[in-house]
Amino acid sequence: MAERNHARRFGLIWLLATLVATPLVVVLLGPILPPGNGSEQASGKITDNTVLLAMATPVLLLVVIYLLYAVIYFRQPEGAALEGPAVRGDTRIQTTWIVVTSTLVLALAVYGTVRLLADNGAGSGSGPTPLTKPSGPKLPVQVIAQQWAFTYRYPTYGGVETPHLVLPEGEMIELHVTSLDVIHSFWAFQLGVKADANPQVDNVVFVKPTHTQTFEVRCAELCGIWHGAMFDHGRVVTPAAFESWIHQQEATFAPATKVLPPYGRTYLPEPTRRGG
Amino acid sequence: LSLFAKKLLGVGTAVAVLGALIALYVAGWATSFPQSIAAVSSPVSAGTGGTQLTLETVAAIGPKYSPSHPDWVSYLVKSHGQWVHSTDFTLPANSIVTVTIYQFDSQTGLRNPFLAQPEGTIGGTETVDGNAVRVINPEEASHTFAVPELGIFVPLPGITEQEEEKNACEFAPCEPSKAHRTITFSFRTGKKGRYRWQCFVPCAAGFIFGNGGPMQTLGYMDGFIDVV
Repeated sequence: MAERNHARRFGLIWLLATLVATPLVVVLLGPILPPGNGSEQASGKITDNTVLLAMATPVLLLVVIYLLYAVIYFRQPEGAALEGPAVRGDTRIQTTWIVVTSTLVLALAVYGTVRLLADNGAGSGSGPTPLTKPSGPKLPVQVIAQQWAFTYRYPTYGGVETPHLVLPEGEMIELHVTSLDVIHSFWAFQLGVKADANPQVDNVVFVKPTHTQTFEVRCAELCGIWHGAMFDHGRVVTPAAFESWIHQQEATFAPATKVLPPYGRTYLPEPTRRGG
Repeated sequence: LSLFAKKLLGVGTAVAVLGALIALYVAGWATSFPQSIAAVSSPVSAGTGGTQLTLETVAAIGPKYSPSHPDWVSYLVKSHGQWVHSTDFTLPANSIVTVTIYQFDSQTGLRNPFLAQPEGTIGGTETVDGNAVRVINPEEASHTFAVPELGIFVPLPGITEQEEEKNACEFAPCEPSKAHRTITFSFRTGKKGRYRWQCFVPCAAGFIFGNGGPMQTLGYMDGFIDVV
């Protein structure tokens, strides 16, 4: 069989497989991709993951179908010990390869950048001065990491601090993630939030929970002997339930609030008489 | 047997014996845990009854209990009238436990002042030298006794600089005559399980930010509570 026929036949098989598999991947796998629909940002990540999977599907099919095609049609005949013809390069194939892969990578970079900006950081830490901010009111919540627990401070409710993370559904939350000691990482998987918690850094994250739920909170940065135990659950509740809960927290932790430092974007814990 | 077969058998036997020894060592290491000390239970009708857990915190564990790290800060637990260097405690499920801590260490200060308020204790309080308190001065904290999974955070104030200069305990076990604070609190255990506890004060002298050494080594400033 001539080389040209192989190329045409392989191309046709790959094209048909791509036309069938890609929509199936989008329709069947897309909805079950992580991290779920716990927030607008999490839903956005499902969209992004679906797009990436759809773009990766033709590439995967290209590799797998070529492997199978080669096994079937280019296998060495039994008993023969033949050397194949020397390969001297093919300008057309090389150019196509470079153009296609470069286009894919650049398209991904553009898509990722646009999505990151359009979704105000897409649930990731944007540093102390985010490039874009969502419009409208936002509820600031400070996430304070230390070895080995997270606590949460609500500056618009008297600066009360609590060991529990509770958020109102349907409201834009402005998380301020920081650390009092080593590097941690605040990871609220179902909300699509992951942000480094660095000492002396205010890492801002925007997230809008879409429904009442319980979500996991983990540290995602190896931070010492009890890193694995730095695990808890947060809750998204109705706005009315949130108001009731936060006022209860204000009352419960009133003694601690009196000895807390004024709310700040970061803290420099003192004294450190033992360490230094 | 041929010479080759004998050699093969010898090498095989040696490998098997060596493998068994390594397996025994690894199994012994993987299954060895610190001694878990049971809290003392007495009838509640006795007034001071219930489950009692008695601990002490010392600035230096001393060579008697820890020859390799005599200068490390540590907790100890009382068992049958003796102080034992263990941080694994056994408590009964669904019961009230009264904890008494003799705190012989000096003040370090809380990294997060929020932990100055006792939480998860019955009444939301602790007593310091007999006085019930809702919050301590964060600067005066020496250690905490905290079981995050059970929502228990109890700050332990330290002795003052003057007390430390005059009458500090050098090594564990510390005599009651040495300067100390006595902290008591009660909490209710829940369902059976193993819960980790820890100190939240960066109290490891000589380590960066006070969070190395005994803070990162099981058996000094952290451990487990086995609720059975």
